[in-house]
Amino acid sequence: MSFIAKPKVHWEGQEKNELGLTLSDYEGGLSTLCAGCGHDSITAALVRAFWELALKPEQVIKLSGIGCSSKTPAYFLSGAHGFNSVHGRMPSVATGAQAARRDLIAIGISGDGDSLSIGFGQFAHAVRRNLNLLYIIENNGVYGLTKGQFSASADPGSKAKKGFENKNQAIDPVAVAITLGGSFAARSFSGDKQQLVPLIKAGLKHPGCAVIDVISPCVTFNDHLGSTKSYAYTRAHMHAAIETDYIGAQPEIGVDYERGQTTEVTLHDGARIRLNKLAVDYDPSSRAHALNYLEAARNRHEVVTGLLYLNADLPSFHQIAGTAARPLTQFSYEELNPGAEALQRLQQAMR
Amino acid sequence: MTAVATRINDFVLKIATVNGTGSASANGLLMKALFRMGIPVTGKNLFPSNIQGLPTWYEIRASKDGYSARVAHVDVMVAMNAQTYAKDLAEVGVGGYLIYDSTWPREAQLAREGVTVLGIPLAQMVNQHFEGARVRTLMKNIAYVGALCALMEIDLDIVRGLLEETFAAKPKLVEPNFKAVRLGYDHARSQFNCPLPFRAEKMDGTRGKILIEGNAAAALGCVYAGATVGAWYPITPSTSLMDAFEGFCRKFRRDPETGENRYCIIQAEDELAAAGMVIGAGWAGARAFTPTSGPGISLMSEFIGFAYFTEIPAVFFDVQRVGPSTGMPTRTQQCDLMLAAYASHGDTRHPVLLPADPKECFEFAPLAFNLAERLQTPVFLLSDLDIGMNDWMVDELSWDDSYKPDRGKVLDDQALAKIDKYYRFFDYDGDGIPYRTLPGSDRKGSYFVRGSGHNQYGGYTEDAAEYQQVVDRLKLKWQTARTLVPEALQRKARGRTDIGIIAFGSSHGATVEALDRLHGQGIDIDYLRLRAFPFGVEVERFIQDHRTVFVLEQNRDAQMRSLLMLELDAPPDKLVSILHYNGLPVPSDQVVEAISSHLQQEAVA
Repeated sequence: MSFIAKPKVHWEGQEKNELGLTLSDYEGGLSTLCAGCGHDSITAALVRAFWELALKPEQVIKLSGIGCSSKTPAYFLSGAHGFNSVHGRMPSVATGAQAARRDLIAIGISGDGDSLSIGFGQFAHAVRRNLNLLYIIENNGVYGLTKGQFSASADPGSKAKKGFENKNQAIDPVAVAITLGGSFAARSFSGDKQQLVPLIKAGLKHPGCAVIDVISPCVTFNDHLGSTKSYAYTRAHMHAAIETDYIGAQPEIGVDYERGQTTEVTLHDGARIRLNKLAVDYDPSSRAHALNYLEAARNRHEVVTGLLYLNADLPSFHQIAGTAARPLTQFSYEELNPGAEALQRLQQAMR
Repeated sequence: MTAVATRINDFVLKIATVNGTGSASANGLLMKALFRMGIPVTGKNLFPSNIQGLPTWYEIRASKDGYSARVAHVDVMVAMNAQTYAKDLAEVGVGGYLIYDSTWPREAQLAREGVTVLGIPLAQMVNQHFEGARVRTLMKNIAYVGALCALMEIDLDIVRGLLEETFAAKPKLVEPNFKAVRLGYDHARSQFNCPLPFRAEKMDGTRGKILIEGNAAAALGCVYAGATVGAWYPITPSTSLMDAFEGFCRKFRRDPETGENRYCIIQAEDELAAAGMVIGAGWAGARAFTPTSGPGISLMSEFIGFAYFTEIPAVFFDVQRVGPSTGMPTRTQQCDLMLAAYASHGDTRHPVLLPADPKECFEFAPLAFNLAERLQTPVFLLSDLDIGMNDWMVDELSWDDSYKPDRGKVLDDQALAKIDKYYRFFDYDGDGIPYRTLPGSDRKGSYFVRGSGHNQYGGYTEDAAEYQQVVDRLKLKWQTARTLVPEALQRKARGRTDIGIIAFGSSHGATVEALDRLHGQGIDIDYLRLRAFPFGVEVERFIQDHRTVFVLEQNRDAQMRSLLMLELDAPPDKLVSILHYNGLPVPSDQVVEAISSHLQQEAVA
């Protein structure tokens, strides 16, 4: 987590949103992630999405688990309350916070280790409860903070930096979210701001659990990542000699391509990833279609991006629970206390 | 028949049946009938971890003196389960009675010197009058109630009244049930010399009292505390706490017009998630709790340490059961003391409340929320299966409508407007308790909750001095906690003595009775009942002031004694353990015996 305050620089002519706030009003502390980390691109996309939607920062709660991805809530919306929970448990904390304050906009930032391994259960249940939460998985296929172990999203056949080959199957959080009965399942790429910002905005507006799996290259352990994200077909180089304690500054990777197209992205180590952006006429309303589409793309070694599945009519967490429209914390004690007399009446049956 | 002195309103009646045969309602009927006769009663359900088929027992103790503990003998045994005849027969005290279903006669096997066996052909009688296997099974239970009414002079009119209340919604069921009562009653009257020496007689010992289970009382306490969020994962013996909370919320917290709930109950995917939900809700400003048992606390420990370090209020009800591991889920112990006191890795300590009965479960629940919010920390309410799932006779619960929840130090927008800068973990008042802000409040009050190292301003740190400052302040907060938790209660012996006993929780009943009996033998002992951890100065003083202090607890490893030594530097030689940990509630006889034999040995040495 950053402990370096980021100076807010305002200059005349800076664009303001409906609330009169500038983009920098939506920023947070200075990132302590490696230079060129895909996660920082996602942070920038979040800042823009919140700014464009003109949401009050104090109306937002931002939560995370543990890992590189989970550090990022410190880097945006410094005016919002943040919660860096324990590893893999962000969804439960978000559930409790939403139970108490249904009026606040909740955003959860997680990673592939946090959500697909240690926190797979909590991820699954947040999705199936359809908690009103924007759930972003910053997915790089690798454990960065502990220096390069495979995560559960690493594809079989991909190699770790030290040369080990992953032989386990990969978990695709988008496919999982769809099969769990999720109401919003999307994927994007950290460098594709054009696609990511609108998806984040859609997710924030979605009345339920919006899962966005964002492929986010790890610049430091990218040998492994490259192989993971490009499947077996694009591995180019191995940088077995890279010193993990020296991380050279590298530019963030960006892409700009049209819907319905496939594009190849070269990652920091030269490995390539093939992205397939959903066509404009893709129909996201069918689970079966979405799953077929994902599977067909996987066989072509392509990573599909876009909004794969959407059902805004599925009942959300509070609808299912029948909770009052007013946030529970806003009931006065008098409205919650049954009173002394009720207690006396109740006890007549206990004699 | 062995001649014994008549014992009125002073007996133990035990019923041995098979789980899943509907005997619970018959046993409840007996218990309540005695209660309505004005006789102090307690009922202990000794049941298996099973849905159907295994042996189960229900023990009713009637005590005109109001003692609620178990005693280690049975006066009248109703043996309805052939599987356990031998064991049940062995438990009956000399001069006692065993009643069994003589549809299949077993007189020869059941013969025992000093015990009178009464055979009643219950199945045969019921089969003659009722059709259908299920009805016959149920009515057989009701028929033994009838027989006991005759044998022990339990008031038939009261039994009928109870049946009418039970079946108020299905009045057609009253007559057949009462018919079964009459079958048993008439048979006993015609065949046996009624009443037995052990019998009931109307008295005035239950005025102003109720019968309630600890879990229901605790749930009611949560409702009155203003708790709005409950998250849980089902686990015996705590499940009925959340069931009761939901029931009370439906009754009291559902908007009659809109049907909207002023509460949110979440059945979590596991205990880890339940803890996370409670902490998330507490952070967001709701009063939130989770009921669980030992295995759940093990799973929640990571989050408990997190809430300790990040200073988020949360209430954990641990209805203890027998450990270690899965242990015996339907048996009772006080075995999670250490676990609760120090749950989680690193230096952590948590306030623990120790209710002695359902009434205190009710009273301590709002207190637990007050403490959690005042101290901004997880608070435990440690009851056990005996308190939680058995019917206890306690004074009627009362509520003071002037109660205002203590939300502790919370800065709202108005307060934030008056300050230049907000620091989450700054100790402005010197009591170790910082000020918190709630999500949704003004931007000035925003901060980042983190379980990683942080400084007093709320920022991340790995700085040695900054880290230490925070944990030292947490230690100071612990000293503040010592002054806020309920103090231990002392019951002075009638005579002067330098011997003391410390007990807590569900051991209280056995302690009181044991001390009365010991007084009868000329042994006087001062009694200190602990009601919370951390220990106050009064506990230190009590240990100082006595030569020998017995510590009674229901676990193998003397956890409370260890806590007293750890936290108060109490001299080990002074603290003499009395341990009971077989899974059954501690009987008062055992306490008497442990104390008197220790004192005898001391006298010899």
